[in-house]
Amino acid sequence: MRLIVSYLIGLVFGIGISISGMANPAKVLNFFDIAGSWDPSLAFVMGGALVVTFIGYRYVLRQPSPLMSPKFLLPTRRDLDLPLIGGSAVFGIGWGIAGFCPGGALPALGTGRTEVFVFVASLLAGIVIAKFLQAALARRTQATA
Amino acid sequence: MMETVFTPFQSLAGGALIGLAAVLLMAVLGRVMGATGILAGLLQPAGWSDWSWRAAVMAGMISGPAVVLLLTGQMPVIQVPGTTAMLVVGGLLVGIGVTFGAGCTSGHGVCGNARLSPRSIVATLTFMLTTAITVYVIRHLTGV
Repeated sequence: MRLIVSYLIGLVFGIGISISGMANPAKVLNFFDIAGSWDPSLAFVMGGALVVTFIGYRYVLRQPSPLMSPKFLLPTRRDLDLPLIGGSAVFGIGWGIAGFCPGGALPALGTGRTEVFVFVASLLAGIVIAKFLQAALARRTQATA
Repeated sequence: MMETVFTPFQSLAGGALIGLAAVLLMAVLGRVMGATGILAGLLQPAGWSDWSWRAAVMAGMISGPAVVLLLTGQMPVIQVPGTTAMLVVGGLLVGIGVTFGAGCTSGHGVCGNARLSPRSIVATLTFMLTTAITVYVIRHLTGV
């Protein structure tokens, strides 16, 4: 049951990404190209998603627990640090070069287009590289502490 | 440069569905709907029960375009302006960046901002800015 519900939630996300245009790199990049072929659609995607999530979360997070899990697992950190800002900056550079972000690319795999598979394979490689780097940095911090 | 048509209604409806999925995942499993987090957890499984819901969400996401094809008779349009090398370099940078930054457009941009998380707000402003600069440099300074 839990897996069927998870599948359906992923499906709603995938349909949303597909009809919103977030799976289309040309459309995403045109949002950022105000000086050129500007397409403001992305603001409507973010706007629609934010309004629904903002209102929905208010209600959901007042409940004692999720329906099929013991507790809400929310990020609790509030500090701003270099990995957050540097990582986000690097993500933006990659997004600007390729035009795909992870949430846009995963549903786009379903179109079967080779370009999407090339991007997602590189994305996975990047995640693995970063995990090794994080582990190496953590060891160094421990050694100097 | 590839021209695209402004689609306020589809984009707003699609965005609302993305939000609905985020709210449902929180309501049912108590989890953040972040593509980065879900994908990273698939690579480093913490047991069957943690891995299986992520795999199910991912399978649902990938089924999205086929369902859109069934409902509308049209596969979602995908136009890729970049070269293969740009997809590879971009993909690597996105993977490294979202791992250190602990989130992407869905995790920080939608879920985190909806909770008014200071980390997500700063992350979102940062990546929106560097994406815009990158697009400007590529399109208007180097002319690819």
